[in-house]
Amino acid sequence: MAHGPATLADGWGKYISRWVFTTNHKDIGTLYLWFSFAMFIMGGAFAMIIRAELFQPGMQLIKPEFFNQMTTMHGLVMVFGAIMPAFVGLANWLIPMMIGAPDMALPRMNNLSFWILPFAFAILTSTLFMEGGGPNFGWTFYAPLSTTYAPDTVNYFIFGVHIMGASSIMGSINIIATVMNMRAPGMTYMKMPLFVWTWVITAFLLVAVMPVLAGAVTMMLMDINFGTSFFDAAGGGDPVLFQHVFWFFGHPEVYIIILPAFGVVSQIIPTFSRKPLFGYSSMVYATAAIAFLSFVVWAHHMFTVGMPIAGELYFMYATMLIAVPTGVKVFNWITTMYRGSLTFETPMLFSIAFVILFTFGGFTGMMLSIAAADMQYHDTYFVVAHFHYVMVAGAVFSGTAAVYYWLPKWCGKMYDETMGKVQFWIAFIGFNITFMPQHFLGLAGMPRRYADYGLQFADWNMVSSIGAFMYGGAQILFLFNVIRTIGWGKPTDDPKVWEGAEGLEWTLPTPAPYHTFSTPPKVK
Amino acid sequence: MLKRAQALFLGLLSPAVALAMAGSVSAESTTRQLNMPQGVTEVSQAAYDIHMIMMWICTVIGIAVFGFMFYVMYAHRKSRGAVAANFHEHHVVELIWTIVPALILIVMAIPATSALLKVYDTENADIDIKVTGYQWKWQYEYIGEGVKFMSELRTSQDEIYGRTPKGEHYLREVTQPLVIPTGKKVRFLITGNDVIHSWWVPDFGVKRDAVPGLFTAAWAKTDVPGTYVGECTELCGIGHAFMPVVVEVKEEAEYNEWLAGKKEEAAIYASTIGKEWTFDELMVRGEEVYERSCAGCHQSDGNGIPGVFPALKDSPIALGAKEGHIAVLIDGVAGTSMQSFADQLSEVDIAAVVHYERNAWGNDVGDLTQPIDVLNYKQGQ
Repeated sequence: MAHGPATLADGWGKYISRWVFTTNHKDIGTLYLWFSFAMFIMGGAFAMIIRAELFQPGMQLIKPEFFNQMTTMHGLVMVFGAIMPAFVGLANWLIPMMIGAPDMALPRMNNLSFWILPFAFAILTSTLFMEGGGPNFGWTFYAPLSTTYAPDTVNYFIFGVHIMGASSIMGSINIIATVMNMRAPGMTYMKMPLFVWTWVITAFLLVAVMPVLAGAVTMMLMDINFGTSFFDAAGGGDPVLFQHVFWFFGHPEVYIIILPAFGVVSQIIPTFSRKPLFGYSSMVYATAAIAFLSFVVWAHHMFTVGMPIAGELYFMYATMLIAVPTGVKVFNWITTMYRGSLTFETPMLFSIAFVILFTFGGFTGMMLSIAAADMQYHDTYFVVAHFHYVMVAGAVFSGTAAVYYWLPKWCGKMYDETMGKVQFWIAFIGFNITFMPQHFLGLAGMPRRYADYGLQFADWNMVSSIGAFMYGGAQILFLFNVIRTIGWGKPTDDPKVWEGAEGLEWTLPTPAPYHTFSTPPKVK
Repeated sequence: MLKRAQALFLGLLSPAVALAMAGSVSAESTTRQLNMPQGVTEVSQAAYDIHMIMMWICTVIGIAVFGFMFYVMYAHRKSRGAVAANFHEHHVVELIWTIVPALILIVMAIPATSALLKVYDTENADIDIKVTGYQWKWQYEYIGEGVKFMSELRTSQDEIYGRTPKGEHYLREVTQPLVIPTGKKVRFLITGNDVIHSWWVPDFGVKRDAVPGLFTAAWAKTDVPGTYVGECTELCGIGHAFMPVVVEVKEEAEYNEWLAGKKEEAAIYASTIGKEWTFDELMVRGEEVYERSCAGCHQSDGNGIPGVFPALKDSPIALGAKEGHIAVLIDGVAGTSMQSFADQLSEVDIAAVVHYERNAWGNDVGDLTQPIDVLNYKQGQ
């Protein structure tokens, strides 16, 4: 029998070494999840500062310079620090358990890909305390605002992005290698749980586009420090080139965020419908189709940049096409529920909210794809509302659902159902109060990234801020629920945990032992 | 009453409906506007129309999909004794819900394409105006007319920082609005001077990025005189929220009168450039210019923002030779965000602000900087 992990009883030294040197997929998954939660709270705090300043017209609390740093850091920390690592954490915990593997294929690289992340974010956030302040050019860091006109600390930002990219690429290679090589006998590709499928596709996206991001920031580095003119019009460069390069990374990136969320929801909805997922194979094909389309639609973020009309038309048509596979997914989820035997535990509530709100974000996405209308929507709060409906209600809601769903399996304790539901309703209502009015603000003409605004936007901004504080409060409750469950939750040893749960991870004992599937299971 | 109740009911069913319903009452209140403005040009009308078409299509789909979902959630719950079926695929249904949305998209693409063609129809303009984005103001140049001016925010820092009450036009007022005539096709040629800005007038349906080194074109033609307010919509630094666009549409005769006045102004200005200014005159004008054009970065107290924007108080440039100081304003400083102000400020304004910077906040050089010094520097280049 393999020896177990060091616990606090073995002394602090051993306990800390365990986490620092661990190659165990469950430990690394846990590290990823806690790290992403910490980043989520930090990025959330930035959002609270933004919403507090926007509570009323005028500059009350902070100056525009710091406001721009907050919007930038909020975006960067949430995308690269909170959401992406959260799903990598879930992948680490779940993929080996779902495909009947003893661990990830490349455990040492797994350790490295996690442990460079805290350094990346330490470097990034430290800029807030430096002379010149943190990055202040938006999470999309358009040149030349992020090159010629940026504070010197931009070099730290570039270094941080490089490290995050390396981490993501290593994590993705690991996932691809694991799924290709370590499936249990009989676990054919078309038998893999959908979460595994969506992650494999995501991993391929990451491997393809992270180097593009690295290229973009490297060109910035050259422009800033070595006298090149990639993005400097005065030297013969082109600022628009930056946007093409960035969005060639950036659009797949948003699907990198959302595809694993699709996977999570595709696990949870069948469980609480007590019915198999409807249209499994079409789900797989739809995911692949979305991933493919993500590479060919990037310039729909640039409809106002002055592209030739042929380009605009192409990117408009291509973008509209995304609605087809995405629609298939939504229909499949709903049909899975149809004639099921539904119960509404917390993970299911978050998943249903995901389907509704994500679809709503999809509708506004379809509106945004229409180039002529986008001339009015572009860079307004309508866009902010749209991507928070797909990112927050998409990734964060599904991440929360995942934690409630698998937490009993991970730690052998049950969360408090009432507390979970209380959190859900505060989050759901708070979310909608925050972001629904932002549609109105955008349509009425309020641009995004505005530190201050005219009096005509005052009412909805105040409503939005109140909702934001409410939604922020729900996350504190989430943290409390998780800690309470791990520490004082009701113990359970039911391997299935949920009546309708299907899949290899639910055949393991609860809580999942440190080493699982040392001998591969047989899949029929 | 019944209609309202129905609206409320539908609104509860689907947030999309709430948005659509809310849109129909938008005209009643400017402070609680909920929907896109219809605007006053063909382009803005086209954008509005396609926006409404899309919204209604989404609303109908939303009602159907969410309605079915809520029915399922109600009818097939375990607590009502529902027993799970075991089906998990149905090829015909799956084909239908792949093909039908694709057909809907093809139908949508037709009006979307014609609306876009309208946006791009910039040929045969009557008037060409060059719009240049600066950090953080707009410059308008009437091509072929010799009229060119800057348009900057008029709202004071005191209003922004809450030291005085905010006016009715808070952040919606500029020193000199762009003026265009009714009934003429005006083409805007938009570019940027430093970073990327974006010039947006919602009521014209015109939004174009102002990219350094690139010209993009947009157009407007309207018969409705009035004042139309827009914004900068591309993050461009700390003054991003403080560079509104204000356009006045005047009847043609009025416009011609205005244009003639502008030309005359330019002529008068050119003849008075040789005037000698006194120390105090320069200080007063200089402070005005400084607050408008310099304080955003270098701050009202001249201390700058450490690490980003250098202090002018006790700065070697402000305390050094006058020519060197003027040179910084005229040429800018390469590789930094200090741009050239040669095209943005008049000779008088540059002289005044240089004078002010050399004699404010305890800087006490004591010399005078006259417009002619600036002109000499420019011509000596």
